[in-house]
Amino acid sequence: MSMDVKALEDDRHHRYVLNMGPQHPSTHGVLRVLLELEGEYAMNLLPVLGYGHRCHEKIAEFKPAKSFMPNTARMDYLGALIYNHGFAQLLEKAAGIEVPERVEYIRVITSELNRIQSHLLWYGAYLLDLGAFTPIMYSFDDREHILDILEDVTGSRLTYCYFRVGGVSKDIDEKFVTGTRAFIKRLRSRFPMYEDLVNGNIILQKRLIDVGELTPHICARYGITGPLLRGTGVAYDMRRAEPYSIYSKFDFEIPTGTKGDCMASFMVRFHEMEQSLRIIEQALDGLPEGPIMAAKVPKKLKIPAGDYNSSVEAPRGELSYYLVSDGSDVPYRLKVRTPSYSNLSVIPEMCQGMLLSDVVSAMGALDLVIPEIDR
Amino acid sequence: METFYSILPELIRIVVCAVCGAVIVFGNALVMGYAERKLAGHIMLRPGPMEVGPHGIYQLVIDGLKLMGKQLVVPAKADPLLFRFAPLLAFAPVFVPLLVLPFSEKIQGFDLDIGLLVILALASINLLAILIGGWASNNKYSLFGVFRAVSQNVAYEIPMLLSLLAVVFMTNSFSLKAVVAAQSPVWFIVIQPLAFLIYLVSIVAETNRAPFDLPEAESELTAGFHTEYSGMSFSLFVLAEYANMFIVSSVATVFFLGGSSGIPLPYFEYSGIIWFMLKVYSLMFFLVWIRWTYPRTRFDQLMNFCWKYLIPFALVNLLITVVMVKLL
Repeated sequence: MSMDVKALEDDRHHRYVLNMGPQHPSTHGVLRVLLELEGEYAMNLLPVLGYGHRCHEKIAEFKPAKSFMPNTARMDYLGALIYNHGFAQLLEKAAGIEVPERVEYIRVITSELNRIQSHLLWYGAYLLDLGAFTPIMYSFDDREHILDILEDVTGSRLTYCYFRVGGVSKDIDEKFVTGTRAFIKRLRSRFPMYEDLVNGNIILQKRLIDVGELTPHICARYGITGPLLRGTGVAYDMRRAEPYSIYSKFDFEIPTGTKGDCMASFMVRFHEMEQSLRIIEQALDGLPEGPIMAAKVPKKLKIPAGDYNSSVEAPRGELSYYLVSDGSDVPYRLKVRTPSYSNLSVIPEMCQGMLLSDVVSAMGALDLVIPEIDR
Repeated sequence: METFYSILPELIRIVVCAVCGAVIVFGNALVMGYAERKLAGHIMLRPGPMEVGPHGIYQLVIDGLKLMGKQLVVPAKADPLLFRFAPLLAFAPVFVPLLVLPFSEKIQGFDLDIGLLVILALASINLLAILIGGWASNNKYSLFGVFRAVSQNVAYEIPMLLSLLAVVFMTNSFSLKAVVAAQSPVWFIVIQPLAFLIYLVSIVAETNRAPFDLPEAESELTAGFHTEYSGMSFSLFVLAEYANMFIVSSVATVFFLGGSSGIPLPYFEYSGIIWFMLKVYSLMFFLVWIRWTYPRTRFDQLMNFCWKYLIPFALVNLLITVVMVKLL
């Protein structure tokens, strides 16, 4: 299929080709989608990628693995700490470094805060796609609190580089703990408001229910993970499926839907925030004392020759790092499996025959972060 | 010369009315533009315009100056004549309905027997302007906006008319003054609550405002029919939108909320305008409020709502009204 609108239109002369993006309010970044329309019905969709490609995987082959950490944060700017987490874990696994327990707790707390932050942004932005202008201000108001809490300890607000191989860069203090506890209380008290004001709204339900239905089978074919997969009823979450870090110690549920439509993934994400709060609460209660850095992390981290893999649950689904080492401190090859890339690939099938407005709701339900697709 | 003297009072009346109409249109745009941004701000937990003047009250003046200073860009493949003509066509007819509105017992331009028809006829020219503007822009997003605008406005004009017709049957007159006079003991909102509700829903769709703002659905169609418009030609569309909001709210006030009636003030024949404006702006506040609260509906749902619910209910309401009028 040609990428040129004119050629495409000549080719299918009875149809109308609408070029959505790379600058469009609801593509959330530099994604371009070509829509073949009949009336307002989208008969075919073609996502065009590559407008934000920065060669992160190639860069990894040219510098010591340890110093690749900041790049991971720039792939998914909303789940930066979780991307940090996966990569730190990968190198620790490869080099055989034992991580102190306090570090694991800190990583879990900050990662879950990061996940809530990502979901809050999605919540506001999705409703903006659906034409409700106000909720994004409320969710940003809550999100600001997380950013303030994390800024104190990590030093940045968006593209964190907080985790190190074998530890974290700075210990959390009393201010962080009290701030986080206050935030948990605040967000819990806000959930009923969101439920009443937004989730129960009849217009919202009409826009989301039965739109963009997915089945576990489709998800398996495209490699869809995360809230979209859980919306179809499959309780697949890396934190539970292959527990990493110390997630096996905590008591939390995996929210699932049944229908696999946009409303299901909407509610899954909404309830995930609640579950993340539960994890943070338990982690704060059990926070042990101790060092924040593993003993004996070599300055020049040589990775033994071999293949290594590490998977974590990013806000948008399963994130995997796959590293091939030839024994030096620079990776021979690093492959990142990012969730949004697989999730995006379903939209031609998911959106076929939909109204233009539903295409917008379906794309919003994927919760795309474009820099993660174009890494 | 004698003929001149005999029509002089009428001429003066026309000039004064035209000037007052212009003042109302621009004044309303300033007030509503500012109020909408302030209200939207407070609904969104932010203060709104704050920088220009105390609490940003000069913001709209500055915005107007900025828009006047901007270049009018005509897209390369657009129809230049129609593209320039459309905003004027949207803006020009909004003055006329103001002439027949009874702001108070004595403040009214002309009390025509066909007052309501004048308003409805001229208000629907706006749609033609949108159609011309969107078509002439030669932009696919504009074209989609136009498709939606036309089918939506045509559909919602029907329940709007039917709900007003119920009142007309009761008063037996198209004259707005007579409609207001007929509401001296009770307002028609009490007698015709269903008609009022239907009218209220219809005017949201008629003025293309959220949750029925599909012709300019930002997240789908970037800006809909006015995607290609800039500067003053864009702001003429906005001015027309606010003026239309004012007109439809005034019609609601006249037909359902008793026009200028209210607790008597001194010189009530003139000071009734205070009550009138209060009611109009309460309705406009309501329109702003729902715009900043609800998500947007989908197009097929919007049309279904009109054809399957509003029109049948409006017809039933009309039928009941007719029977009751005949019986009583």
